Amino acid sequence: MNVLRLLAPAAAVMLLAGCGLKPWVAPYERNLLAEPVMSFDRDPVAGTYMHHVYQAREGARGAEGGGGGGCGCN
Amino acid sequence: MAPKAAVEAVVAATERDSLRQVLRGAVAAVFAVPAAAGAAVLPEERADALYHHYDGGGMDISGPSLLVRKNFQDKVSLSANYYVDSVTSASIDVMTNASPYTEERTEKSLGVDYLHDKTTMGLSWTNSEESDYSANTMGFSFSQDFFGDLSTLGFSYALGQDEVRRNGDAAFGETVDRHSFRVNFAQVLSRRAVLGLAFDVTADQGFLNNPYRSVRYVNFRDLDGTPLDYAWQAEVYPETRTSNAVALRLAYKLPWQDALRAEYRVFSDTWGIDAQNVELAYSRDLGPHWRLDARVRSYSQGHADFYSDLFPYVDAQNYLARDKELSTFDSLTLGVGASYILKAPETSRWQQMTFNLKVDFIEFEYADFRDARVNAPPGAEPLYGYDAVVTRLFYSVWY
Repeated sequence: MNVLRLLAPAAAVMLLAGCGLKPWVAPYERNLLAEPVMSFDRDPVAGTYMHHVYQAREGARGAEGGGGGGCGCN
Repeated sequence: MAPKAAVEAVVAATERDSLRQVLRGAVAAVFAVPAAAGAAVLPEERADALYHHYDGGGMDISGPSLLVRKNFQDKVSLSANYYVDSVTSASIDVMTNASPYTEERTEKSLGVDYLHDKTTMGLSWTNSEESDYSANTMGFSFSQDFFGDLSTLGFSYALGQDEVRRNGDAAFGETVDRHSFRVNFAQVLSRRAVLGLAFDVTADQGFLNNPYRSVRYVNFRDLDGTPLDYAWQAEVYPETRTSNAVALRLAYKLPWQDALRAEYRVFSDTWGIDAQNVELAYSRDLGPHWRLDARVRSYSQGHADFYSDLFPYVDAQNYLARDKELSTFDSLTLGVGASYILKAPETSRWQQMTFNLKVDFIEFEYADFRDARVNAPPGAEPLYGYDAVVTRLFYSVWY
């Protein structure tokens, strides 16, 4: 399965990263990360709508957003 | 000069919540329920009023969406969403073997999140109703911050139970059950970079067809076997489907009040569909009042095993589909957006409000779905494609 093959190395890297390491970004160094332009989901009401637009027209689903329901896609 | 520890404490107090919102976004942006897997801080208290409009491929869809969130004692967060799709459809599917129609879909959602230390737990409920389809989804989520709050790990599960009806056929009634499992991980990589990883498994069981759609098959050939005419029969889908999706997202802070965000997602399912999409987005603040956004997204998929634009004869195989959503196609989205930001005076009961407009242009190009409206020999019609414009106009207020 292509997806699992791709996921396994990433998971292994993350597990190894958690061993023997200390947090490398101090709290006072995180101001840039907190800026709104860095947000993946800055406006949930608008983002959820776009996920719905794609879900109704694409075969792919998951790992993005949106709930169940009809698609209005006929 | 303040001791370093004191500086850390002050900065942490003012920025910790915002950072956690970024981590929450890295997680929530790839999951269904907005509060499905947040970090150890409650979502922001805000209200949004959105008007949406979709115009493309003979479809015109518009309506409002209202989202309100209220927190209580920094422990509990309640959210409610009301959403409407008003659909006028004269799409190629409808025009090929049906008539244009109008309908309305309403969706209502409620959610509650509970925060304890570095752990967030959430429950959600969504109901969607239209004349021939009802859907109810219950969701549970759990997330945990660790590694000095640089990492967030979340898990969520959702159960969907749908009822499928067919207008004009009171005897028709089917159901669908849907189970979705999601694991997500967000990690601060550096002072400028955040990474998000999501893995999603969804399993459906029940009536997964669109009850109105048909497939076409060759019903008359000449002596050489060349198709001369075709007819229609109802499509038949498998009653189960299991899919996997993995999304990798990265946000990187650039030097000039701007940032780049990227996403790569791969998908596969038991119907034989393989898909992937890549997205690159750029956002920039221009002074205290304006924020601009731009993005490009490319999507491609291969067709389902049982898809064909034109089957060779009636009942050619067990499962039959001609949905263009299951065909081989590419799409390209170009999106732009602008926001006007107002910060509140110190004495106000609100903190900030924004006025926003986002417009996306989407081009769909199908590789094995033909325009059967065109008068041409079966299987020789031109390939189908269309452009769509998606508009989102919304107002947001933080309080």
